[in-house]
Amino acid sequence: MNDLNIMIVGVGGQGTLLASRLLGKVAQKQGYDVKVSEVHGMSQRGGSVVTYVKMGKKVYSPIIEKGEADFLVAFEKLEALRWIDYLKKEGTLVLNDQEIDPMPVITGSTTYPEGIIDRLQAAGVRIRSVDALDIARKCGNIKAVNLVLIGLLAGTSSIGKEVWLEAIEEVVPQKFLDVNLKAFNAGFEVR
Amino acid sequence: MKELLLGNEAVARGAYEAGVKVATAYPGTPSTEITENIAKYDEIYSEWSPNEKVALEAAIGASLAGARSICSMKHVGLNVAADPLFTVSYTGVNGGLVIMAADDPGMHSSQNEQDSRFYARASMVPMLEPSDSRECRDYTKAAFEISEKFDCPVIVRLTTRVAHSRSFVELEERSDVGLKPYVKDPSKYVMMPAMARGRHLAVEKRMAELRSFAETTSLNRIEWGRKDIGVITSGISYQYAREAFGDVSYLKLGLVYPLPEGLIREFASKVDKLYVIEELEPFFENQIKKMGIEVTGKDLLPVTGEYSAALIRDRLCGIKPEKAYDFDVQAPQRPPVMCPGCPHRGTFHVLKKLKLTVTGDIGCYTLAALPPAQSMDTCVCMGASIGMAHGMEKARGREFGKKTVAVLGDSTFIHSGITGLIDIVYNKGCSTVIILDNSITGMTGHQHNPATGFTIKGEPTKQVDLELLAKAVGVERVRIADPFDINGFEKVVKEETEADEPSVIIAQRPCALLKQVRYEGPQRINDNCRKCRSCMKIGCPAIVDKGDAIEINSALCVGCKLCSSVCAFNAIEKAGDKNE
Repeated sequence: MNDLNIMIVGVGGQGTLLASRLLGKVAQKQGYDVKVSEVHGMSQRGGSVVTYVKMGKKVYSPIIEKGEADFLVAFEKLEALRWIDYLKKEGTLVLNDQEIDPMPVITGSTTYPEGIIDRLQAAGVRIRSVDALDIARKCGNIKAVNLVLIGLLAGTSSIGKEVWLEAIEEVVPQKFLDVNLKAFNAGFEVR
Repeated sequence: MKELLLGNEAVARGAYEAGVKVATAYPGTPSTEITENIAKYDEIYSEWSPNEKVALEAAIGASLAGARSICSMKHVGLNVAADPLFTVSYTGVNGGLVIMAADDPGMHSSQNEQDSRFYARASMVPMLEPSDSRECRDYTKAAFEISEKFDCPVIVRLTTRVAHSRSFVELEERSDVGLKPYVKDPSKYVMMPAMARGRHLAVEKRMAELRSFAETTSLNRIEWGRKDIGVITSGISYQYAREAFGDVSYLKLGLVYPLPEGLIREFASKVDKLYVIEELEPFFENQIKKMGIEVTGKDLLPVTGEYSAALIRDRLCGIKPEKAYDFDVQAPQRPPVMCPGCPHRGTFHVLKKLKLTVTGDIGCYTLAALPPAQSMDTCVCMGASIGMAHGMEKARGREFGKKTVAVLGDSTFIHSGITGLIDIVYNKGCSTVIILDNSITGMTGHQHNPATGFTIKGEPTKQVDLELLAKAVGVERVRIADPFDINGFEKVVKEETEADEPSVIIAQRPCALLKQVRYEGPQRINDNCRKCRSCMKIGCPAIVDKGDAIEINSALCVGCKLCSSVCAFNAIEKAGDKNE
């Protein structure tokens, strides 16, 4: 059983917490020990948020350190840039190709960096990127961005699809299940 | 059954399993989810109290009446509850009494980084500190046993990373401990000098007994490994140390006050190099040094911020992390912001325009101190806005006072703003107080409070009438205004700040995240736009300057139309449906 470290980064309000709870459930189903560290409170208000999911035989610290993440799931491009140091050399960046301007950009005190994907690729980062917002919109709810990205992560990971589906059914509230399964499958099918 | 629980959920589970009957709290990150989860158990009476002092007093009452009771708060809440804490240490308990205090190293969501362990020592109350969710559950239960065995309240200290991390907990059944008989005992429960002198002696005797208990309790354990290095640690620092050092020897302290001197001496004598690893203050370290034992700790490790395995490897082992990618990361900061549709945005737009001095307070609205609003001058603690505005007026005179407003939320006002308001009236001030009534306790994630009209369980209850309350304490000028009616709101603020007497403005508009709040959905900018950027000035994260055009991000916009009301060219209109 190999240790698996997954970081989910994004902007407060993007649904990263549900994604981390899902990953916790997936880990449990695999029989791993698991720790999930979440962000609650002030930082959640549109700020940069990060969730750590660590699974393995025995997990001590709930925090993933720089260079330790097997997967960096970024809900927003600038956040991918911010947290890229945490990705392992042979890790994979699962990226939502979406821009949300932070307040310093909105107020004009700085600019949104250009060509993030190209720059990351040039640095040798393995990237699976997708327009999750567009896919979620087509699935019927823009809030399902998180499940599109989880789908893409699932398609990239070595954990069986049925484990993910079971976890979704156990974690997602019944009335949002259909749209979330649709979004997951759409993300899973991305090649 | 094994469940992946948040540390706070596990505390709630522990309270349930321990047979707790009464749970009180004031919400505060990172402690809020404890009581939110306790509220799901029908066997436990739970409440959001107006503040932590009242919460602890209610829990003390429940304990003396014979029930196991638990009271939860964040670290700064313990300051508010400190008054009853220091004396319930003297009275002791009847049913077990446990106080949850959640510290926030790194200040994820707090105004200071205080180390609550000092409260344990100052109030002579034992303190436990868990390091994961299983221990959160186990230690909560153990705390009730200790409380009843030693006749004292017990503090369980959490830190953010323990409170907000999930790990496995094997669920157990609730033990129905029932109520202990209530026996009137003034010598124990009426703390006036004659009785309190006797109780202080009892406290000293209890502390001696607890020091013996500390030597043998399984809450403190030695994990022997390699003996070239020994680490004394507790809480989340234990997890970081385990990861950084691997199979060295550990003395993991679960009971963090009082310390087991004998156990520490034994451990220290058997390892070559002794480290103390604890976040924040050198609480263990100074006590251990006082025992005459040589340790390394704060001379290499910081007293500020959170620790991590990487930090310990760097500072104590000299191992730096390797950079995986040769990449110069320069990502612009993304500070938290008021949400799209936030009613506070209208309020602070007006306060900025009027160039007022704003004494602020604790809540989402503290974000108004950051750009682009930058219209908050101070933030100290819950309710401080009002007293500070009053003090400013008394220091600098009436004219300065008339250019000053105090701003605080509805829940914060109830928590500790009312006494400040009385101070203004009683001492002939003229300050203007703006109560941001958004119908909920916002920052901590939507808890009810006495001004919302609902209990923790969502049941309807008496609602505090803020207008009547202000009038009852002697404020004759009380106005209710909608912060999204920018012109009307500005007029009210001008009139009230100019008045030569105290005023209260109740800025009424619900939090945009409340389910019942439905705006018409995303707006867009049409061809009328002259790029004057007036709409950008309100600082909405949904409005972005794309260089050749101002655009509204349809994924973020809720359609509150505050931007429309500042647009002089009628350039903002409803866009298509969100999902089209």
